[in-house]
Amino acid sequence: MAHTIFALSSGTPPAAIGVIRISGPGAGLALQQLAGRTPPARRATLALLRDPATGEPLDRALLLWFPGPDSATGEDLAELHCHGGRAVVAAVEASLGAIEGLRPALPGEFTRRAFDNGRMDLNAVEGLADLLAAETQSQRRAALAMAEGHFSRRIEGWQVALLRLSAMVEAALDFSDEDDVPDAGIEQRIGEEIASLATDVEKELARPSAERLRQGISVVLAGPPNAGKSTLLNAVAGRDAAIVSDIAGTTRDRIEVPVAIGGIPFLLTDTAGLHDGTGDAIEAIGMERARDALAAADVILWLGDPAAPPRDDAILIAAQCDRPSHHSSSVALDLSAVSGEGMVALNAILLDRARALLPGEGDYALEARQRGGVALLLSHLHAASGDDLLIVAEELRGARRTIDQLTGRASTEDMLDALFGGFCIGK
Amino acid sequence: MGPLWTLTAKSGMGGPMRTSYDVIVVGGGHAGCEAAAAAARKGASVCLLTFSRATVGAMSCNPAIGGLGKGHLVREVDALDGLIARAADAAAIHYRMLNSSKGAAVQGPRIQADRKRYRAAIHAMLYAQPGIAIVEGEAVGLSLTDGAVTGLMLASGESLRAPAVVLATGTFLGGKLFRGEESQAGGRTGERAATALGVQLRALGLPVARLKTGTPPRLDGRTIDWGALEAQPSDEKGWTMSPLSDGRPLPQLSCAITRTNAETHAIIRAGLDRSPLFSGAIEGRGPRYCPSIEDKIFRFGDRDGHQIFLEPEGLDDPLVYPNGISTSLPADVQRAMIRTMAGLECAEIVVPGYAVEYDHIDPRALTASLEVRALPGLFCAGQINGTTGYEEAAAQGLVAGVNAAAHAIGAAPMRLDRADTYIGVMVDDLTLQGVTEPYRMLTARAEYRLRLRADNAATRLTPIGLAHGVIGAERAARFDARQRQRQDIEAAMARTYTASEMARAGAAVRQDGARRSLFAWARFSEVGPDLLMRLAPELAGAPADLRDEILEDAHYAPYLERQEAEVGDLRRNERVAIPASFDFGVIGGLSTEMREKLDAARPESLGAASRIRGITPAALAAILVHVRRRAA
Repeated sequence: MAHTIFALSSGTPPAAIGVIRISGPGAGLALQQLAGRTPPARRATLALLRDPATGEPLDRALLLWFPGPDSATGEDLAELHCHGGRAVVAAVEASLGAIEGLRPALPGEFTRRAFDNGRMDLNAVEGLADLLAAETQSQRRAALAMAEGHFSRRIEGWQVALLRLSAMVEAALDFSDEDDVPDAGIEQRIGEEIASLATDVEKELARPSAERLRQGISVVLAGPPNAGKSTLLNAVAGRDAAIVSDIAGTTRDRIEVPVAIGGIPFLLTDTAGLHDGTGDAIEAIGMERARDALAAADVILWLGDPAAPPRDDAILIAAQCDRPSHHSSSVALDLSAVSGEGMVALNAILLDRARALLPGEGDYALEARQRGGVALLLSHLHAASGDDLLIVAEELRGARRTIDQLTGRASTEDMLDALFGGFCIGK
Repeated sequence: MGPLWTLTAKSGMGGPMRTSYDVIVVGGGHAGCEAAAAAARKGASVCLLTFSRATVGAMSCNPAIGGLGKGHLVREVDALDGLIARAADAAAIHYRMLNSSKGAAVQGPRIQADRKRYRAAIHAMLYAQPGIAIVEGEAVGLSLTDGAVTGLMLASGESLRAPAVVLATGTFLGGKLFRGEESQAGGRTGERAATALGVQLRALGLPVARLKTGTPPRLDGRTIDWGALEAQPSDEKGWTMSPLSDGRPLPQLSCAITRTNAETHAIIRAGLDRSPLFSGAIEGRGPRYCPSIEDKIFRFGDRDGHQIFLEPEGLDDPLVYPNGISTSLPADVQRAMIRTMAGLECAEIVVPGYAVEYDHIDPRALTASLEVRALPGLFCAGQINGTTGYEEAAAQGLVAGVNAAAHAIGAAPMRLDRADTYIGVMVDDLTLQGVTEPYRMLTARAEYRLRLRADNAATRLTPIGLAHGVIGAERAARFDARQRQRQDIEAAMARTYTASEMARAGAAVRQDGARRSLFAWARFSEVGPDLLMRLAPELAGAPADLRDEILEDAHYAPYLERQEAEVGDLRRNERVAIPASFDFGVIGGLSTEMREKLDAARPESLGAASRIRGITPAALAAILVHVRRRAA
C-alpha cells in the first residue's frame, strides 16, 4: 500500500499561515488523530490540534478535508492551515511524522501522485524542471551543512560503523568458507557492537534539538549593577517583567522573559549585575548564574565597560543615554529605554543576529527528516539483536537504507568495499 | 602451448552441413550449453558453434560448482530445467552445504565435479535434447542486414543463417594469457582466442572493456603427501544439486586443506616484480575480492597464512586443483612457492597457473533479455558480459537462450524480476549498473534475500518456466505433484489453534489468549516440527525438502510480509515503461551525470531508472511526466 505523505505547501515560515498538506490513504486517520475528528468534506472548520502521543495542544487551525478521488492529488487529501510560526509548523510536522504510515513527502512527490492519478495536466507539472534545479541547489546547501554540522559528523560515524558491521555479517553469511572470516563468536561480537552503536544513536536522539526554534534565541543582558539592564528588558518585552529600582543589585537572580520580535521567538534573560566586590552569599550565587547564562547565550547585550565585553560578539550598549554622563562613542548602540531612543535599531540588530542563528528552512527541514531517520535507524538496530545472522543482516540493511536516505548515497557497493577491504576473500 | 584445432566447419553427424537455424550459439562453455539447451527446449532449431566438440561442457577453471550465492543460481537454473545441476550431480565426487548452521536463505550447496564425467554428462544431455546441432568452427563475423543480426560468417568461408545469435565466447574474445614475463593470445591454455569477432564488435561501436581473471597451477595428486594434511570429507546427508537427480552415483572423495606460510609469502614477494599483475602488463581490472595469491600477499600483508583447498579433479584423474592460489607468477616461482607448503614439499606442477585478460561488453548495452539494444537479434551471455563463474555464466546462458528462441519464433521474452530471483538480481545489476570488476553473485546483492532461497527455487521459478514453455515433461509432472502436496499442507496449516489448545497439545507457549493458524504458530520456538507434524499429518507425509521449505517460510513470515510491501512499491514503478527511443535530453534540469547514467543504461522502466545510483526522486517524477506526455 502507498505511504501517506505530508509537507508544508505554503511559503517558508515565519509567515502568516502555514499550510500543511497530507495525501494518501492515511490522511483521514491523521486528521482524526490530530483533531479528534474528520471534518465534513470540502468545508473549512476550526479545530484544536493536539499531539496524538502526548495530548499536548499544538495549534488552533483551519481544517480542510478532500476525500479522494476528487482532490488535487486524486487521493484522500487533508490540509491544515496553521499559524505560520516556525515552532508551530515544526511541532505539527513532528506529530504527523510520528503517526504510523506517514512520512514527509519527497521532492516532487505530490506532483507525481497527482499526475499518476490523472489529476494534473501536463503544463502544470512543467515546474518540475525548476524543482530539479532547486534540488541541486538544496543538495549543495545540505551537503555543506552536512560537512560542517556536529550531527552530520555523527551520521558519518554511524555509517562507518554500520558498513563495518554489515561487512562482518555479510562476510559471515557469504564467505563462511573463507578462513580469513572469523567464525566462532562472530555473532556475539556483532551483537555487542550493534548494542553499543544503538546506545550512541539513542543518546543523539535524546539530545534536545531545534532548541532555538522552540525556546527562542537566547538573549542575555549583562553588565555591572545598576547599568539599566532590567529597564531595558522591560522595554524590549513591552511589560514590567523585572523589578526596576535605582538601587544597585536589585536583580539578584535570572529573570527569563519570552518575547517575539518580528515573528521570531526570543528568550530574554536579565541577570544579576556583575562586579568584583564580594557581596553576600545570595548575590554571589546570582552572579554565578549570570555567568552561566552568559556562557550559554546566543546573543549578549553588554551594558558594561565597552573595553571588556564578556565575549567578542557581544553587542555593546550604552543604556541610559538619556543620562548625560552615559554617552559613549565606542559602543554599537546608544539607547534609552526611557525615551525610546535606539530601540528600533536594537530590534533590527536582534533580528539580524537571529536570522544568522536560526537554521534556514531547507536546513531545518533537513533536520526534521534527520531526526525521523535517526529514530528509524534506532528501531532497526534494536530489532537487529538476536543470534539469527539473517535477521541481523536484514535489519542492518534497513539501517543502511535509512542512512542512505539521509545522506543520499547508495550503500550496497560501499558495504562490499568494506567487506573486501576488511577480509581477504576469494579463491 | 598446445596444438590449435582444425577449424573447418563440419556437422556432428557428417553429411551436408545445414546452414540455417533459428538460433546460433557461439561457444560451448557453461553459458553456451545452457543457451543452446534452453533455446531448443523452447522449440527452436539450434546450432552450437564451437572451436572443438571435445571442449563442449568443459570446466575450464576450478572443479567446484555452487557455493554461496552461486548455489542459488544453480538451483534457479535447474528450476528452469537447465543442465548444470543435473550434470553436477552426475559428476559430483564431493558435496558440501555451506552455512548449514545458518538460515536456509544463505545456505549454499556446492559440489566438486569429476571434470571428465561432468563434460560427459553435458554431452549426453545435449545429444538427448532434440533440435541441437553441434558444429565445429570459428566465427569471424556477424552477418547484419538493416542493423539486425541475420547470421554468422565462419573462418572456413562458409556462413550460417539465423535471426538470433547468442555470443557466449567466455574469455576467448580478445583473450591474452599471461604467465610471468610471457604472454600469448588465447582464451584457455592450449586453445586459441576469437579475435576477429572482438574486432568487429568494437567496430560496430559496442562499448568494449577489458577484465582479467586467473587460475592456479594444476598439481599431480600422486606427488602430494595426503597423509600429512587435514582432510575435508564429503557431506554425509544425501542432498543433491537437482531434485531430479537420483541420489549420488559416484563414490565420494575427500578434499584436503593446506596453508601458505611465511616462506611462501617471502617467495611471492620476491617474485612480485615478475608478475604481469604488478608490472603493468595487464591493463584489465581485477576484482576487489582477491583472485590471485599475489594480490592476497600484497593487500593483506599482515596475514600469516591463507588456506588452500586441494580439490581432486576426478576419480581416475591424478590432477589436483589447489583452490586459493590462483597466480600469474613465472613457472619457476610457482614451483618454489608450492613446495613451501605442508604436504606439497615434493608436489609436481602439471600445468602452471596463468592470468587471462579478455574483452567484455559493457552490459549496460544489453536489455533485460540480454539482447544487445543496438543490434536486434544479438544476445550475449557469460564472461563476455563481465561476469565470472560457471554459475553466473550458466544462468545468463539460459536467459539469453530462451530469449533468443523467443526472438526467433516470435514469442514473448522471459524477464526475471530481481524481487523473485537471483538471476533477475544479476541481470538487473549488470544491465543497469555495468561492471567495474568481474561480477560474481553474492547473497548480499539481493535485497529480498529472505525470499530468495536455494531451497525454494522450484516454487519461485518453475511456474515461470512453464509459462514460457521451457520445462520438460518430467520436471513438469514432478512439479505438479509437489504443488498438489503443498496445497494440502497449506490447507492443513491454515487451521487455527488457541494458545491454550497449543498448550494442551504439548507446546509451552505463552498464554496470550491468541488464536493463530498452525502456519503462524510454526515460528514459535516452543512449537517444534514434531508437534506440527502431529497436528498436520499432511506435513509428515510430505517429502523432507517440501516440509523444510514450508517451515522456513513460516519462520521468516513477518519479514517476508514486510518485504512484500517493499516489493509492491518496486512493482508500481516497474509498470511504467520507458520507450526504447525516449530521449532523456528533453527533460529540463537533469544533471549531466544523471543523463550520462540514464543514456548508458537505457532503463526500460521507471523502476529500473530508480535503481540507477544517483537518480533522485524529483528526476524520476520528471521522467514520468515526459514519458506520459509522449504517450499522450
